[in-house]
Amino acid sequence: MADIAFLLLIFWLVTTTIDSDEGVKRQLPPPVPPDMEQQEVKDGDVYNVRTNFRDELLVEKEVMSISQLKDGAKDFLVATGTGLLHPERPNVTLGDDNMKYPERQWVRKAELISLEQSYLAAGQPKAAARVREKLTAIELFGGDYKELPGSALISLQTDRSTSYDLYLQVQNELEAAVNELRDELSMAKFNVSYAALEERYSRTKEEALLDKIKSIRLVYPQRISEAEPRDASQGYY
Amino acid sequence: MSKFKKNNKRESGAISTASLPDIVFMLLFFFMVATVLRTEEEMVKVVRPEASEIYKIEKKHLIRYINIGPPQDKRYGTEPVIQLNDQFADVAQIRDWVENERLTLAEAEQTKMWVSMKVDQDTKMGVVTDVKQELRKASALKVLYSANSRERTN
Repeated sequence: MADIAFLLLIFWLVTTTIDSDEGVKRQLPPPVPPDMEQQEVKDGDVYNVRTNFRDELLVEKEVMSISQLKDGAKDFLVATGTGLLHPERPNVTLGDDNMKYPERQWVRKAELISLEQSYLAAGQPKAAARVREKLTAIELFGGDYKELPGSALISLQTDRSTSYDLYLQVQNELEAAVNELRDELSMAKFNVSYAALEERYSRTKEEALLDKIKSIRLVYPQRISEAEPRDASQGYY
Repeated sequence: MSKFKKNNKRESGAISTASLPDIVFMLLFFFMVATVLRTEEEMVKVVRPEASEIYKIEKKHLIRYINIGPPQDKRYGTEPVIQLNDQFADVAQIRDWVENERLTLAEAEQTKMWVSMKVDQDTKMGVVTDVKQELRKASALKVLYSANSRERTN
């Protein structure tokens, strides 16, 4: 008996590998229609991350090491303060040249309610639902918050000769920045980490959990755009 | 000689091996549950990078794999190549491959397909970008960059 079992055991040992389907998740942007118009974006609204063929990092026109990237991205995402946990930045001078961060705008409950009414009156239920989500967020947070402008995003441009490892590390650090901020907010408001919220929602599919997740995402959206890569070997420098 | 003789002659009996099969069976079942049979041969060498923001896909049957790395067999050179299923492939073949793989899924799940990219960490981004562009054109937008997990750095 034991011999047969041993044989089977050894067979499985040899023929199998422990499954490891894990990694960094990404949603690629859908293909761009050729007639799409370019949007004007304020300089301060974009966090530029570039990598070159020597695996060096250029962030907002300054050389940076990968270990600093997460804090840099967090700074950018907090921007001028969320109105919830992070106080307003005192040292930011708003102006065309000095504006280093995107300017977060207040989302006011009173304004949203009238906005929702006008959308409903105009027969735009989808737009009204989006406003409703913001109202739910204000309710859950117990107060108004400030949202990032729609044009604020992190832009990542690689060179064709950048190593895949660096690319993934950059993606990973940018995601870590968002996740840490979300965790922080979730811990403060709901006394549970954001990762735990998501994990619990995937098991139970509870509506209340989804509302919390959506609210946190409204404050810290994950917006990473990947620009067309450069090609140093073709003499773009 | 009696000096060295043990007074106590009692010996403990041999350990019973009656429970050995149980232990072995337990191990066997553990391995049966914890592992999957190797479905395809890896023709390229992939050293996966490490990342901390790891996502685990629960529905494994929705995943299709693209491997990119230097060939295992040196006769095919050392430049990174793309492996789809059990063959080396060209970037241009990816769109057809995506369509075919999508058809292997149930109709309701065809939009939920994941593409897991197992890319060697020393690969240059050029190949990877080309593959990603093709995936976009094929509307396979859910991508997982396969990686080993590590702790978040501070």
